[in-house]
Amino acid sequence: MRRPAWQAVFAAALLVGSGWSAAIIAQQAPAGDRAGERFIPPAESAIPDDAFGNAVRYGRTLFTDTANRMPQHVGNALTCGNCHLDAGKLADSAPMWGAWVRYPAFRAKTGEVNTLAERIQGCFQYSMNGTAPAHDSPELKALLAYMYWMSTGAPTGATLRGSGYPTLEQPEQPADPTRGQGVYQEYCALCHGADGQGQQARGVQVFPPLWGDRSYNWGAGMHRINTAAAFIRANMPLGRPGTLSVQQAWDVAAYINSFERPQDPRWQGSVEKTDERFHNHQCLYGGTVEERRLGAVPLGE
Amino acid sequence: MGIGRKRRAVALLLVATSASGSAGAASVGERLARAGNQNGATACIACHGEAGGGQAAIGSPYLAGLDRHYLIRQIEAFKTGKRVNPVMRPIADALSPEETEAVAAYFSGLPLPEQGLGAPGMAAGAVEARRLMTEGKWQQAGMPACVSCHGPGGQGVGTAFPNIAGQPAAYTKAQLEAWRQGQRSSDPNKLMQSVAEKLTPQEIDSLAAYLSSLSPAAPGTAQPQGRADGDMGGMGGGS
Repeated sequence: MRRPAWQAVFAAALLVGSGWSAAIIAQQAPAGDRAGERFIPPAESAIPDDAFGNAVRYGRTLFTDTANRMPQHVGNALTCGNCHLDAGKLADSAPMWGAWVRYPAFRAKTGEVNTLAERIQGCFQYSMNGTAPAHDSPELKALLAYMYWMSTGAPTGATLRGSGYPTLEQPEQPADPTRGQGVYQEYCALCHGADGQGQQARGVQVFPPLWGDRSYNWGAGMHRINTAAAFIRANMPLGRPGTLSVQQAWDVAAYINSFERPQDPRWQGSVEKTDERFHNHQCLYGGTVEERRLGAVPLGE
Repeated sequence: MGIGRKRRAVALLLVATSASGSAGAASVGERLARAGNQNGATACIACHGEAGGGQAAIGSPYLAGLDRHYLIRQIEAFKTGKRVNPVMRPIADALSPEETEAVAAYFSGLPLPEQGLGAPGMAAGAVEARRLMTEGKWQQAGMPACVSCHGPGGQGVGTAFPNIAGQPAAYTKAQLEAWRQGQRSSDPNKLMQSVAEKLTPQEIDSLAAYLSSLSPAAPGTAQPQGRADGDMGGMGGGS
């Protein structure tokens, strides 16, 4: 993790750590997500009733029931749809139609040009804490078929309005997980549980776990405070976006990401080396919370 | 819920008569349910049915098998006026906190009704209603699916999200309208008020009818026809 200025309060309050660099956080991309062409995906009733339509429907099923349908590739209790609402179709919720028209693309995370298939494989590795399905697997083909179908009519190469999560302005005060705990208890615990482990009913994970062994790992985009804050502000509580203030979204994002979670699969042998190589962004990996260093448990243990 | 006064009085009389003879072994909660108390709380089962199974004819919901904490919160909401209900208000007022706990524990311990209290089969608008139930109405209105909070089959999740499967259509409709009109404001974080505001009157009708046809207890009854992805389609992020 890089120690940005906004973490000063958090650092003083909670983090007693080594390995903090004094580097300044990289500036966020300017807010531009609201610009661009508006796109509305087709209705699901328009999925054709043929072999292609079957692949689309199968892809949708995998998207919304990922952990159950792909246990060999998913190492936690999440689905794609947990972070991409309306089965990946909702604007401002990192919709798949927004991604479809922007790949292949160079990604700083991998340092190379990735296809959308590779991008999805990354989701399985990090957000799903699992192993990637092969390019030619029926599952990946179906997911791509679903994304292609929902992008019908979307212009290739365009930045569509509502792609990604809307970049959130910086908070007035540094993001503070202690304040975030209060936000969490008031708005989030009802569904995700005071312990952050979500809730199940009849064997189904209805509300997803937000930290711990059954959640996304330290390599997932959502472990970044800015990414989580942007998602939360635009999409939570479910059906009531904009309920939280900008400050509350940052604070609660910091709180959620101040708990332990599965190791970054790019593990370099130590938390210091992994932190230094892969976590030069707004996150708490490698920080110390209540005398425990986040991310210190080696991969595979 | 509109409850015929005369009908209730008759039912009460019957209940009081039958309960007085065999109340000895019953729990406090069961005695309250069957006979009410001396402070003016009438017998619950007069309207909510023997064994708390509800009465569709008068739009009275089943209580059996609902979460205990949920039931307690509802009685408290009737007291505070966060649920405006002229029938339940005086009854709730007549229950002490201990009695509230006891009667909630009694009903939550009873088995859920096996059948929904609505007409079985697919009513008009069922396809649309099922879509609202399993997918929501995100694109048009930003509305999550019912199942994303009320769980598979709408059969409830934890202490906050009650079982909505199989309740009488008149009851569900009245609740959705109450949220819209500010007559029910006990929902946490305004979650249901927000949903109800996004539904059209026609959608409320079709959704209430559809939900009433579902089984409160049987697994998988909300399985959408012709779809492989099941009734939790979009649990993911509550889509």
